[in-house]
Amino acid sequence: MTVELLYWEGCPSHPEARELLEDVLRQRGLDVQIRMRHVATRQEAAELRFPGSPTIRIDGRDVDPAGADESPALTCRIYRLPDGRVSPIPSREQLEEALA
Amino acid sequence: MSLTLATEAPPFDLPGVDGRNHTLDEYADAPILAVVWSCNHCPYVIAWEGRMKALQEEYGDRGFRLVAINSNDAESYPADSFEAMQERARDQGFNFDYLYDEDQSVAQQYGPERTPEVFLFDRNRRLVYHGAIDDSREEDAVSARYLRDAIEALLADGDPPVSETPPVGCTVKWKG
Repeated sequence: MTVELLYWEGCPSHPEARELLEDVLRQRGLDVQIRMRHVATRQEAAELRFPGSPTIRIDGRDVDPAGADESPALTCRIYRLPDGRVSPIPSREQLEEALA
Repeated sequence: MSLTLATEAPPFDLPGVDGRNHTLDEYADAPILAVVWSCNHCPYVIAWEGRMKALQEEYGDRGFRLVAINSNDAESYPADSFEAMQERARDQGFNFDYLYDEDQSVAQQYGPERTPEVFLFDRNRRLVYHGAIDDSREEDAVSARYLRDAIEALLADGDPPVSETPPVGCTVKWKG
């Protein structure tokens, strides 16, 4: 299994996303190293199809498929939670579902 | 570089989503003025804007005015265009003025780094609080209400208990 966290330094949410991701991996007993990848330029964002920070991919699949096709950009990504709220990071449930 | 405490508010004259221009002088009668850097596309702004509305609603009849300014480069971030601002203000029912700083000249004078980022001015338009609205984007996890406490202190003719906090949010999207 590969777990990749793509981020952009201009958005402050990636440490929180990483912490949550590590916690979910730990709770599921998965000893997987998170591959951190910094996206620094618009060109890189386009090449990596990076819709915003943070973007988490499990075996190459976005944990939030609904937002994966947004235009590539150096920006904070918007995640929509099941209760309708907006969040700068995916929910625990989204991560658990992606890892199931 | 951001304004320092006690600095006088730089003037502005910017178009609002209501179709007319708004100046700093227009708010001269307000004893408390919060100028908040904002935008449309940032999840942190979206998380906090309900609290911005709530503060305007709660303190508006005591003279508090909140003015939001979007200075983001709309060419690179089309979701932050003036037209998108008008749409968002309409959809969300903003009860505060939402202004567009297209050439970023006002942002260059105030020096915001993030959205949302608050510059709170007293009746003499001196900066008395700068930073975050409160200490958590999750409303139910808030334990320190910086802006609310600062407003309460000013209404009681006191000084804000906290005058500076680090703003948390998306970076201002500068041109070039």
